[in-house]
Amino acid sequence: MSYRRRRSTRIRPYTFTGGRTRSRHPLMVQTLVSTADPSTEPPTNLMPESQSIYRLCRETRSVAEVSAELDIPLGVTQVLLSDLAELGLVYIHPTITGISPSENQVLERALRGLERLFQ
Amino acid sequence: MVSNDFSSDFQNKMSAKIVIAGGFGAGKTTLVGSVSEIPTVTTEAVMTEASIGFDDTASTPDKATTTVAMDFGRITVDQQLVMYMFGTPGQARFWFMWDDLVRGAVGAVVVVDCRRLADSFDAVDYFETNRRIPYIVALNRFDDRLEYTIGQVREALEVSGDVPIVDFDARNRSSGGTVLTTLLRYALATNAAAAPVA
Repeated sequence: MSYRRRRSTRIRPYTFTGGRTRSRHPLMVQTLVSTADPSTEPPTNLMPESQSIYRLCRETRSVAEVSAELDIPLGVTQVLLSDLAELGLVYIHPTITGISPSENQVLERALRGLERLFQ
Repeated sequence: MVSNDFSSDFQNKMSAKIVIAGGFGAGKTTLVGSVSEIPTVTTEAVMTEASIGFDDTASTPDKATTTVAMDFGRITVDQQLVMYMFGTPGQARFWFMWDDLVRGAVGAVVVVDCRRLADSFDAVDYFETNRRIPYIVALNRFDDRLEYTIGQVREALEVSGDVPIVDFDARNRSSGGTVLTTLLRYALATNAAAAPVA
């Protein structure tokens, strides 16, 4: 309960995103993201949240991990990451969904990897 | 952007997701925790009521928001591939989140507590109805015993004949790992069956 109260005094999450709730890039919770040029500082005209994302993603991590580590709700994280990708500042890694038959090779590798890890 | 060109092999990294579903208290979080290489992480998604059936909430800014927590874990399969396990929120009233969570998953596991079969109806029904992604049923063995046979569970939960049902112990790492490999093997077999004959 106290958590909710604290929340309400803050800026509403979607204020950051201009009311948008959908990202333009296919960013799923498990999608990996990395800062395109890890050696650089984030542009100072970015919002503080986006700057934090930029710094955090110098090491590749998933959208869900970015959201959890920075305590930014998932939907907001997705929109901010999408904007950073649009600016060419963040790289979005391929996500394996298993829908395309061309991904079977990766799934087979995953299976072999898991069998090795859990034998 | 996917078209960035910079020289380093880190962009070869990719990821996949497995959804862990099931009734409240069935052992979803325990399974995620026992196979994950990191302590289970909880993240929250702010959902608006407008998310139910509609994608664009921009046109309805006054809708009440709900915060839904979900747990996830991670397995680094090799240098290139990272697998994430996501537990669905247990409460049935958060079913609308499942579409978002399930989208793009390579497969799903429905964890079933044999002592409370009825709690898994919603989850089994969801995956049986959609059949968009391969799923298996994993019977969590509490107290080292199963109250029902696998055949009885299949009948009671109305699980399709081709869907694997395994029993396991959610607290045991290698037992949990077997559930994941069973799912992947089934997903591959499903893909092979669905592939057009060349």
